[in-house]
Amino acid sequence: MTKSLNLTGISAHYGRTQVLKDLDLDVKAGELVSLLGASGCGKTTTLRLIAGFLHATAGRVALDGRDISAVAAHRRDIGLVFQNYALFPHMSVADNVGFGLKQRGVAPQERRARVGEMLDKVGLAAFADRLPAALSGGQKQRVALARALVIKPSLLLFDEPLSNLDAKLRVDMRVEIRELQRAHNITAIYVTHDQEEAFSISDRVAIMDAGQISQYDTPEILYRKPANAFVANFVGFETMMGLRVTGRSGGVTTAEGQGARFALDEATWGPLPDAFTLGARADGLRVMAASEDDGLPAKLSVRTYLGRSYHYRAETPVGSVVANGSIDRPFNEGDRAKLVLVPEQCCILPATP
Amino acid sequence: MQRSSPLLVITAIAVFIFLLGPLVIVAAASISNTEFLAFPPQGFSLRWFVNVFEVSAFRDTFLISLQIALLGTFLSLLIGIPAAYALSRFGFALPKALSNFFVLPILVPQIVFGFSLLSAISVDFDLPVFPTLLIGHTIIVLPYSIRVVGASLATFDFSAEEAAISLGCPPMKTFYTIVLPNIRGGILAAFILAFITSLNNVPVSLFLTGPGISTLPIQMLTYVENFFDPTVAALSVLLMALTVLVMAVVEKTLGLGYFVR
Repeated sequence: MTKSLNLTGISAHYGRTQVLKDLDLDVKAGELVSLLGASGCGKTTTLRLIAGFLHATAGRVALDGRDISAVAAHRRDIGLVFQNYALFPHMSVADNVGFGLKQRGVAPQERRARVGEMLDKVGLAAFADRLPAALSGGQKQRVALARALVIKPSLLLFDEPLSNLDAKLRVDMRVEIRELQRAHNITAIYVTHDQEEAFSISDRVAIMDAGQISQYDTPEILYRKPANAFVANFVGFETMMGLRVTGRSGGVTTAEGQGARFALDEATWGPLPDAFTLGARADGLRVMAASEDDGLPAKLSVRTYLGRSYHYRAETPVGSVVANGSIDRPFNEGDRAKLVLVPEQCCILPATP
Repeated sequence: MQRSSPLLVITAIAVFIFLLGPLVIVAAASISNTEFLAFPPQGFSLRWFVNVFEVSAFRDTFLISLQIALLGTFLSLLIGIPAAYALSRFGFALPKALSNFFVLPILVPQIVFGFSLLSAISVDFDLPVFPTLLIGHTIIVLPYSIRVVGASLATFDFSAEEAAISLGCPPMKTFYTIVLPNIRGGILAAFILAFITSLNNVPVSLFLTGPGISTLPIQMLTYVENFFDPTVAALSVLLMALTVLVMAVVEKTLGLGYFVR
């Protein structure tokens, strides 16, 4: 049975430090939701709370509407996959995978069949009798995955499951995790600090900061329309400019601030508030001649060649930024230039006071 | 091939001489065909080995030593395993002094400790000799149990415990099925270390032994006060042989690597 998960008003403390502040999170049945954030943001605490290893000081955790806050960890029916695999070192691969079934009193015969089937799915049938120590990292994580999946849990929790694997394996494994999660139609929470990993496999991502969720949405929206400066910065909008509207005429809004001036077409940028912050990725700033009417004035320094374009380091009134320049017209170090905007690589954020 | 410095070679040889020398001397003296301890041995005789078994006090005290060592070690593990578990699992939340507290029995001079036990337990509570001895030895070997089991737990990944719980295994059962099997080696090492320590202890036993009940080392001391023949040397050799045998069995079944790890 696929179940939904609801966290309502969750607060948690370690001693006197508050690590989660009135956190809400709704996960639909069958969804894979990532908790994304730097270390110390509270994502692992949230996960341990759902698993039942920690207790909230306020709020409730509900599976399919039923409050499980008071249910002991071993009765929650939740599968866990850890960063360091957490296999039982003294048991064979088959016994590891069969452990949960044994706790549920599944008869040995059926147990063997289900373990065999599960090991087949993760491609480890040939390793059933090995001890975990004789497996590679990727194989260990597959065993851990099989062990969590075989009990058909109501919820599957991942705690940075790929952090100990090398880059290529990480990419393969995350696809595999997504496939298995989809095939079993299990609701899953995935904790990671790796943005690419979270965005690539999740239905929705909750970006966390200081014990709260900064924004909770689909990867596409998070990537293009961050709701605040923290999320914007997190998804790569490195340059921020505080702008104020100085004129609106004929569908074009003129905004100025911090030495820059931009004419923003409303058809592209949408309606703009009187004051806002503009965020830009490196590809969102384009180096043009200093004679341009509009733009962010800059003095170019180091130029690097990237095949399709040049990247420049540029000194501007908002600090040192990276901007993109056309291959047809290289600028030299020390040249004065104007940086103009590439709308698809920019975002509009509420003004910072 | 790397050349070793002469100083290193000399030091190594010196260490071996100091470690093995006394054993060689005792072993040699035990086969001496004299009425007194002699080194180098004069003549050859195994009669002192026979004598060990003829002195009934040695037999009786050996049995008592064995009981005290076995029971004391068992009790120390009964206390030590949960203590070591709590220290490594929740150590961050416990006062730092607590882990040092459990080493105190090693730090306090054993003579002082034995005397305090005598005045506190034996006299005040008027406890019989055997239980008093047992309490004393349990406390003396407790640090070894906690430390060695603790070292074993330090290499154990507690997330395996959480994995088991998440798979539906109750916490207590998890301890038996997941934690215990993985620290088996450490427990065995602690057992042997504590057992040998208890078996060899003199200072604490000295105060706690009483009429009719004594331990083997104390009996050996008493014997040497009265007789100076090589019987004690022969007995020492037998005890060494016993220790070597235990080690050999452990090596065969588990590998001594467990001790070093």
